[in-house]
Amino acid sequence: MTDTIDDRKQRYKKVAYYPGCALEGSAQPYDISTRAVGKHLGLQLEDVKDWNCCGAMEVKNIDPEIQTYLSSRVMSQAKNKNGADVVMAPCNGCYHNLKKAEYDIANKPKSKETVEKISAKAGHEAYHEGEIETIHALDWIKWGYGEEELRAKIKGGLKGLKVANYYGCMYTRPRHIFPEKGKGGDSESLTKPHYMDDLLAIAGAENVDFPLKTACCGGAHSLSDSDMSTKLVLNILEAAEAAGAEVIATECPTCHSGLEMHQIRALKRLSKDTNVKVVYFTQLLGLAMGMSPRKLGIHANVSKSIPLLKERGIA
Amino acid sequence: MTRSIAQIEEWLESGERAADPLEHAGELVKAGEEVLENWILAHGGTPTDETRENFRLLALHRQGAKGDPSFNACRETCREIAYHYNLVKLEAADGRGQDTVAMMRLVTKHLVLFIGGKLREAGLGDFCCSSRSLRSKPDRKVDYLGV
Repeated sequence: MTDTIDDRKQRYKKVAYYPGCALEGSAQPYDISTRAVGKHLGLQLEDVKDWNCCGAMEVKNIDPEIQTYLSSRVMSQAKNKNGADVVMAPCNGCYHNLKKAEYDIANKPKSKETVEKISAKAGHEAYHEGEIETIHALDWIKWGYGEEELRAKIKGGLKGLKVANYYGCMYTRPRHIFPEKGKGGDSESLTKPHYMDDLLAIAGAENVDFPLKTACCGGAHSLSDSDMSTKLVLNILEAAEAAGAEVIATECPTCHSGLEMHQIRALKRLSKDTNVKVVYFTQLLGLAMGMSPRKLGIHANVSKSIPLLKERGIA
Repeated sequence: MTRSIAQIEEWLESGERAADPLEHAGELVKAGEEVLENWILAHGGTPTDETRENFRLLALHRQGAKGDPSFNACRETCREIAYHYNLVKLEAADGRGQDTVAMMRLVTKHLVLFIGGKLREAGLGDFCCSSRSLRSKPDRKVDYLGV
């Protein structure tokens, strides 16, 4: 059966929302702006009932089967408690882990068996492959609202703000867990993702050519090897500036906080100052639609972008 | 002789470079190859002399990624280096290419940092895009690094 644009739009109009731990902590501005933009566009979010950790890096690095179970429980909750067909995770880590769990349950008998065993012990329905569709916030806005419809919603816009779109590593890798990507046409590219570029171009940004859009930010080593993370982030910031960007748009809380924190650390430890601002794409979209910076949590970002946004007449 | 990762990083930091953009772009491709050679040698392999799409750099990346999916996190970085080299080549014919080679230098630096980081502390890139848990064993379906 062919999935038309209208089918997808209908399906994404109301989704189960999985914020994950980051959006309730360090990435609260991402949560605030995602909810605010969704509300502004008339897209409905219903939090996954009694959601749990996706297994992120801690559990995954100790026992991948347990991580698969944890992510599967989120999908099971969304399916069985929310009655949803689609779960939307704005965090790249959560999104990646749910997609990985979906793949593992479908392709690895051991993963399926573990999920069924622990789910039975925990007293809830086990998740089965294909019961729910996991999407990212980028898919949600691009397809659930629509690009042309979004264009009509822009008030003021981003006025040619020069933006480097940074997707980080988890949004497209490893490719086998994203079977819907890299199909050509309007599907997301696995090598040069563009959904964020597309949305922000509609919002009036001037996207710069940024060769490090999926490069490693060193997020996994922020604690164990901070200097390496600082160097990787500094290089991303310098490349964005060399490309002419005023702002780096992000869609991953790990990348976002890494860029913000190591920008400060680079100045302290390496005496390297960079001025490019780090802003969530949802915040930029909200601004373009005339929403206030406060409503989008921009004041709560570590990277202080409000003076620049005011100077450019965007905030 | 292959320079060490530290020597390549030092060279990139030093500002020493060929004045001609195309010549410098060639130096950067060479630096990228040397970084990958370091990775392969550290894993007991013999760096290939083959090329892919006319770049030895891409063949070396392919060799280095065998058995280690997290290494694919720098696949696009290698492809960007190759792409920038081709751009510089086009632009140099018109006496341009300075800005492109400057960006290429930053892309190359990212490769140096990423692989240098992975060599220093196994695991970089393992949480994120191609997680391989501590308990899982290397993929035996492929010849590890071609050896």
